Amino acid sequence: MAYVSIADRDHEIEHHDPQTFITKYVYSQDHKVIAIQYGGLAILIGLVGMILSSIFRLQLGFPDTFAFINPENYLQFVSTHGMIMVIYLLTALFLGGFGNYLIPLQLGSRDMVFPFMNMLSVWVYALSVLILIASFFVPGGATGAGWTLYPPQAISPGTPGVDMGIILMLVSLAVFIVAFTMGGLNYVTTVLQARCRGMTLMRMPLSVWGIFMATILGLLAFPALLVSAIMMLLDKTIGTSFFMPAMMAAGEVTDYGGGSPVLFQHLFWFFGHPEVYIVALPAFGIVSDLLSVHARKNIFGYRMMVWAILAIGGLSFIVWAHHMYVSGMNPYFGFFFATTTLIIAVPTALKVYNWVLTLWQGNIHLRTPMLFAIGFIFTFTHGGLTGLFLGNVTIDLPLSDTYFVVAHFHMVMGVSPVLVVFGAIYHWYPKMTGRMYNETLGKWHFWLTFLGTYSLYLPMHYIGFLGVPRRYFAMGNTDFMPDSAITLNTSMTISALIIAATQSIFLYNIIVSLKKGKPAGGNPWKATSLEWMTPDTPPKHGNWGHELPVVHRWAYDYAVPGAAEDYTPQTVPASEVPVGRDHGVDH
Amino acid sequence: MPLAIALILLVIGSVVFHFLSPWYFTPLASNWGQIDDTIDITFVVCGIVFVAVNLFMAYAVVKYRAKAGSRATYDPENKKLETILTVVTTVGVAAMLTPGLFVWGEFVNVPDDAIEIEAVGQQWHWTYRLPGKDGQFGNVDPRHMTNDNPFGMDPDDPLGQDDVVIYNPEVHLPVNVPVKVNLRSKDVLHDFAVAQFRVKMDLVPGMETYLWFEPTVTGTYEVLCEELCGIAHHTMRGAVVVDEQADFDAWVAKQATFAETQNTVAGNAALGAAQYAVCAACHGQQGEGLQALNAPKIAGQDPWYLKRQLQNYKTGLRGTHDDDIFGKQMAPMAATLFNDAAIDNVVAHIQTFPDNPSPATIDGDVVNGQRLYNTCAYCHGKEAQGIQAINAPRMAGMTDWYLASQLKNFRAGVRGEHPQDFYGKQMGFMGRTVHDDQKVNDLVAYINTL
Amino acid sequence: MYITLIFLGVIMATIIGWLLRQTLNSQPWVSEAADDAVSGTSMDTSTKAVALMTFLAVATSVFGLFISAYTIRMEGPDWRPLAEPTLLWANSAMLVLASIVYHWTRNAAVKGNMEQVKPGLTVAGALTILFLLGQIVAWRQLIAAGYYVGLNPANAFFYLLTAVHGLHMLGGLWVWAKSTINVWTGADSDSVRLSIELCTVYWHFLLLVWVVLFGMLLST
Repeated sequence: MAYVSIADRDHEIEHHDPQTFITKYVYSQDHKVIAIQYGGLAILIGLVGMILSSIFRLQLGFPDTFAFINPENYLQFVSTHGMIMVIYLLTALFLGGFGNYLIPLQLGSRDMVFPFMNMLSVWVYALSVLILIASFFVPGGATGAGWTLYPPQAISPGTPGVDMGIILMLVSLAVFIVAFTMGGLNYVTTVLQARCRGMTLMRMPLSVWGIFMATILGLLAFPALLVSAIMMLLDKTIGTSFFMPAMMAAGEVTDYGGGSPVLFQHLFWFFGHPEVYIVALPAFGIVSDLLSVHARKNIFGYRMMVWAILAIGGLSFIVWAHHMYVSGMNPYFGFFFATTTLIIAVPTALKVYNWVLTLWQGNIHLRTPMLFAIGFIFTFTHGGLTGLFLGNVTIDLPLSDTYFVVAHFHMVMGVSPVLVVFGAIYHWYPKMTGRMYNETLGKWHFWLTFLGTYSLYLPMHYIGFLGVPRRYFAMGNTDFMPDSAITLNTSMTISALIIAATQSIFLYNIIVSLKKGKPAGGNPWKATSLEWMTPDTPPKHGNWGHELPVVHRWAYDYAVPGAAEDYTPQTVPASEVPVGRDHGVDH
Repeated sequence: MPLAIALILLVIGSVVFHFLSPWYFTPLASNWGQIDDTIDITFVVCGIVFVAVNLFMAYAVVKYRAKAGSRATYDPENKKLETILTVVTTVGVAAMLTPGLFVWGEFVNVPDDAIEIEAVGQQWHWTYRLPGKDGQFGNVDPRHMTNDNPFGMDPDDPLGQDDVVIYNPEVHLPVNVPVKVNLRSKDVLHDFAVAQFRVKMDLVPGMETYLWFEPTVTGTYEVLCEELCGIAHHTMRGAVVVDEQADFDAWVAKQATFAETQNTVAGNAALGAAQYAVCAACHGQQGEGLQALNAPKIAGQDPWYLKRQLQNYKTGLRGTHDDDIFGKQMAPMAATLFNDAAIDNVVAHIQTFPDNPSPATIDGDVVNGQRLYNTCAYCHGKEAQGIQAINAPRMAGMTDWYLASQLKNFRAGVRGEHPQDFYGKQMGFMGRTVHDDQKVNDLVAYINTL
Repeated sequence: MYITLIFLGVIMATIIGWLLRQTLNSQPWVSEAADDAVSGTSMDTSTKAVALMTFLAVATSVFGLFISAYTIRMEGPDWRPLAEPTLLWANSAMLVLASIVYHWTRNAAVKGNMEQVKPGLTVAGALTILFLLGQIVAWRQLIAAGYYVGLNPANAFFYLLTAVHGLHMLGGLWVWAKSTINVWTGADSDSVRLSIELCTVYWHFLLLVWVVLFGMLLST
């Protein structure tokens, strides 16, 4: 399809210039303010999730030592931790936070195309977070069914929070999905319809590609969670039997009959697997940009990177049942899903190669964002490779439901995306605030987080090899688990506590630098993409002053041979590149 | 530079950790060596990629770090390199996938000569069923499930009459015989997993699933539930004892068939009165208990629980720990009940006693006790009335100082440590969450109010 | 899940196919004057239309998943089909008529014939409201006949699917109400026309969904 010829669509975007503090920072329709609201709330709730994890790690590292942990709140904390981190932190932060901030700025738009709906999105998200938190304070407490919420146990006696807890959890998810859909329609439409002149799809930075594809995945996959949440709510409240078979509960035969717990799992993972990529694709995109900027080199194989994002997005819809190899579904499905799952490794591996090849022959500046980006490549390679164990149906037999699974997904969609989040926050902090963060503190934050997480999760894989199951409050004495495994667990807990404490360095750094940081200027990294070209830093409402930018090149013109500077911004026309000494061969 | 060193050290450290780790797969005890082989292949392929990518990256970080006047090379893409990498990756993936699919094919297809057993899961208990002499399982339906028919067997199905029912988390299997384990759940999802056998599969209520393996080494192996099934998920343990064929046959012969469990003769209270004379010396004429002799009230306790404890005392599952002074006194008394009928009779006699609540002797913070009791209520019931289907006895109205001393025993491992005392072991897990004696008192004080 | 797979397969193939066509022949590192001239708008249509299309993809996913769940759950032994009330045929007729009238109104709006738009819009909305009222009457008939929601999965699905479809219809009516008020108060005809055009698409979509759902409910 050809591009449309008309240029300036300024008139299509409604403007509501903020007047007061409230309209500027609270009821704001500015995508940048909404991004910070989304991101701030996500980080806040993420801290809650992190504290929950520290508490249950205490039980695992020092069994039966702390009186305030019992099997009931252990399961509640494990479940809520998982749900918070996957949905309310990472999904909200990448799409609501970075999506909102980067899409209009990197594409040269004034704002999202529907600013009012964008504002609604963040408020509805806040509501979903409130409902989630409220579930801890109702009779029976929050659900302890695990973040997967598998029926029947999520809604039958024997599990914590089977009354109001699970109902609020499901309602909160439904509300979150409404919020996400409002945001998602905005992101997709903005990417398709509101780019500045000259910004072809193939000139978009990979950050936007990743966020764009992740949004499409989210829009199509979240309905599966919505559908299963609605059906489970009905099973719970009015006694339908969508998922509930004929069964006993607390010693009594129930009225349920005929329902299929496996059907829920299909629906859940039909959402759940794309969800992994909803988190991973934005991270892929953002890390590509960080690597390119700080290696002063174009991203290697840009086209392959885009196609890999498309391929991963498409394939992510046909691999879901690899979460269900031992669920009791038809075992012949295993052949199909193992094959598709391992196929998805190919485009993913290509992305890793291209990141590393971007470093090759680069001019690498190891500033904090770059440290996090390289740390990401390491942890993601590790987590991706262990995925090949679990995706291969045979190997999943001994490893499924053990700590190997926990270690794998924490490496691949916990640690890795979070490293990117930190890198990205440091990278765009000067643009968001106009000031630099403290580099020394940033490096401390990186080293403690990176080494801490690896010392936490590498041994965890081996606890899994041993056969220790996940979601166990305590192992007790068993024949196959040596006592040294307890010691290992203790060391893992200490790592977890160090990582948790380390995040205070991060918070201190970004809060104190707001006032004390050195003024950053408009483009401290000498980057090429549009967000660094705004007339004001931080950008004002409407982003671009009187005139929208015009793009003449892709976002990766670093070290172009013959150019005077080692970066050529996207707005510089081919005819106006300042010529300098020849830099054809440097190494 | 520190980053490159860190990356190199992490790579080396990971490899060293892998080879030196004492934490790895347990020694294999089944035919599934092929699974271990597939893992080895995967380890080799993935290990090479992990080492190569990260060392290459570390090298690049050193070699191309920013220097004054240096500049990157402009290099948009390299089709040939990308094609080669794609092909190599695809080959590596295929090398891992192919054996995986091949072994999965073997797992899906059960050998024709496999014997069949059934493992039935419920919150938080394993039970088993063998097809009996006719080699066929009888029909089951959750609607038939009662305390006397916990498997939900159709009482009118002739195929089910000879089924061997094992209401106990321990099952025996013959060595070197392939076994197909049919899996069934009575309530929520569970998962049958034995680390040494490598295979596992979920139990799904409303349908039947299966797995198969061939035990190759005799011994006792722990069965773990590996699908979250509620608050006591971590206590849902069982055991598979792999025997020589002759030992297995002897074990099967001792187990009751479904028909036998349905046609038991009720205990005779009149006959039990004579047996009870021994008990009365400590527990009192009306089973009311006597603290001075450390004998708890037994009147009003659930008969199934009394029988189980008497059996435990007789078989040494209870009352054998050195620190269990009073349990050791009880064991020889239980031994005077020379057969199951005698136990049934004496328990029937105890049922004739009036059930008066035991006097409260322990003070504690009832409000705190109520909070702590939340965890207990999952099994023992909100009113501490006991739930036979969950194998949890009544506590309300029973002797409070005895509840306290037993909870402390469970916590200290004085009770429930015998490897075959599965219910005691479960209570040990829970007892260890009640850390100090004040909490024990609070709990018991609350139970006194029920 | 096959049905969902097919639905989403088609949607994903369309999206990815379209994106690939945009990207295959491009060498972004080469700065081309032709590229510099393009506007940053990928589709030659209004922003709202793109948003509606995206939303319809989401709604398709929702209904596709419900239909998948329906077909899987249908295989359960306890499935007892319910006798759909004859009224549903009349309701379906209302919805078909509403769609036709909406389309007619849209044509009038495109021609700028606002005098036809006024009655057309009113009638289309009225027919839709009649459809929804008819659905509620059908529910009451079923409840009166003893088809309670918790009794059987077929009943539960019937109420669930009609309710979800009805809610989507209500959302449409909200937009309809806004454009109707605008038409009668003589507001800017450009924005009203766009709103009517998009509503027409939405009505057709929900008619299609209803036809699929009704056919499925009848045939099982």
